[in-house]
Amino acid sequence: MADSHYSLPDAQGHFGPYGGVFVAETLMPALEELRLAYEACRDDPHFVAEYEYELKHYVGRPSPIYHAKRLSEELGGAQILLKREDLNHTGAHKVNNCIGQALLAKRMGKPRVIAETGAGQHGVATATVAARYGFECVVYMGSEDVKRQSANVYRMKLLGASVVPVESGSKTLKDALNEAMRDWVTNVSNTFYIIGTVAGPHPYPAMVRDFQTVIGKECLAQMPEYFGRQPDVVIACVGGGSNAMGIFHPYIPHDGVRLIGVEAAGEGLATGRHAAPLTAGSPVGVLHGNRTYLMQDENGQIVDTHSISAGLDYPGVGPEHAWLKDSGRAEYVAASDDEALAAFHALCRYEGIIPALESAHAVAHAMKIAPTLGRDKLLLVNLSGRGDKDMHTVAERSGIRF
Amino acid sequence: MSRIQSTFAKLQAAGRKALIPFITAGDPDGQMTLPLMRALAAGGADVIELGVPFSDPMADGPTIQRASERALAGGMSLRRVIDIVRLFRMENDETPVVLMGYANPIEAMSQELFVAAAAEAGVDGVLVVDYPPEECADFTAALRSAGLDQIFLLAPTSSEQRFRDVATAGSGYIYYVSLKGVTGASNLDFDEIAQRIPKIRAAVGMPVGVGFGIRDAASARRIGAVADAVVIGSRIIEEIEASPRAQILNNVENFVRGIRVALDEQAGT
Repeated sequence: MADSHYSLPDAQGHFGPYGGVFVAETLMPALEELRLAYEACRDDPHFVAEYEYELKHYVGRPSPIYHAKRLSEELGGAQILLKREDLNHTGAHKVNNCIGQALLAKRMGKPRVIAETGAGQHGVATATVAARYGFECVVYMGSEDVKRQSANVYRMKLLGASVVPVESGSKTLKDALNEAMRDWVTNVSNTFYIIGTVAGPHPYPAMVRDFQTVIGKECLAQMPEYFGRQPDVVIACVGGGSNAMGIFHPYIPHDGVRLIGVEAAGEGLATGRHAAPLTAGSPVGVLHGNRTYLMQDENGQIVDTHSISAGLDYPGVGPEHAWLKDSGRAEYVAASDDEALAAFHALCRYEGIIPALESAHAVAHAMKIAPTLGRDKLLLVNLSGRGDKDMHTVAERSGIRF
Repeated sequence: MSRIQSTFAKLQAAGRKALIPFITAGDPDGQMTLPLMRALAAGGADVIELGVPFSDPMADGPTIQRASERALAGGMSLRRVIDIVRLFRMENDETPVVLMGYANPIEAMSQELFVAAAAEAGVDGVLVVDYPPEECADFTAALRSAGLDQIFLLAPTSSEQRFRDVATAGSGYIYYVSLKGVTGASNLDFDEIAQRIPKIRAAVGMPVGVGFGIRDAASARRIGAVADAVVIGSRIIEEIEASPRAQILNNVENFVRGIRVALDEQAGT
């Protein structure tokens, strides 16, 4: 499943100085077992065929690319094209990866899966595949996020998962990840940890990327078929960065295609209340098993991040994004809460599509640059999820209560 | 010979086992850490493991995580931990101090500055939970040339290859984590430990301490029968949490002394 043109990470999971395996010794054998199982499955045609079958018949792939004509017309510049990951079963790109890891868990004979979740999309996707394959499922979620995303919490429970609110630290995604790691260390013999993003210790960043590259591979085929050529720019939001890696990775060898990752500027980079380690140039450090850009104070303590979208509210970023930034192959920018909300409303009103607040960050940047480019330019935006889960957040910002 | 190595050599000559208590620096607050280190030494500690608090202590259970949160709320930092060791060393030239924590505070300070400051202050060893040997070769070399021991973890699940890795990179002692879990958990498997320790000691050629899950004189005695050192952490933090402030030092010293007596009785029989 991996692309042959680009060889990172190395055998130890490094993307240049980033990535690696920074975990306690207790987790080492589990990661080694996972790496070996993944490497065997990745090259096994039966595994790949089963994965592709599930994506087609259960997830509903391929997802279309939709030309947002009214929005493009209104902006008066480049054409905005949306890769519709919001149309996937469960409403976001997260399920692509969950199917892959669930099939791997089945191969490895693990009857129990655990996950961390921020916005709840990865938790819902994990609970969904757990129901689909008959696994016991426990989802860790920061108690702040449990409050922000009560509909998704109920969804997970409907699907048979236990949702454990995490009260430690900042009570958000990073703390949920800590707690899931603790569960895994304790129950490693019967438990598969389904990480939802391209972060964590090797092999997760590479494995999650590989399962998500179905997004970019479809685009490579769809763009010439429906739009006559590849896009000029590919834009995706970046929290941990899995939807962005999924659409960027197959385009890395296509030098003419600009890759732009959009982080969460929250209340503004200057306020410090954001979640944009790459754009803000945060120092490099070690967290959650890998080395990457990290939002931290001068003593190396991880700081609280802020974004209106729970799914981008994370102090680090996948190590391959750190590498793509340094190498210059991808550019990283940030969109604020207000810009994302404006894009959210614009997509609702002009196209009849309610985007996830995460994805609205990518749309916001497309809306920013489209007017500066010619009408013949093609901007391909990864619309990574739908916004049903964000109704409460958006309504609250508008002073509306249900 | 490092202070840690000579401590173990002396204990071994006397037929005794090392007692290694752990506290988190800055818990319950920064003023209490130096007095607590004195109390640990007075109670019979052979080595003191001093936790450097981190915002995201992935490998620790709820007890040590709470201690870290209290310490960070009080403004504890890696630089201040080193300052505390410097003060301790001015009055105690005997008891080795091992800093135990996570990689990021060290990388934020820079590995070079950290190693220099730790050596100058009188730190004897460093255990970085999320630095496996293959990810920290430069750090290992820097510690070695500064005369500091790097302590590594081994687990019930560790491979033979891992024994060889830590035998090469590590020195001082090996910290065998006695169960697959986080700190403070309590499902201790004595038979498994009794089988593994002699093999590990033979493979790594240095003393082996056992930690995670030792809570009282009875469990310490059983571990002491097979291991070279007993590490106690979460149970001491619980003692700190449960004690009125004026009683903390007394209670911790008495608890450590109780373990000390049990270990020495066991060694004497």
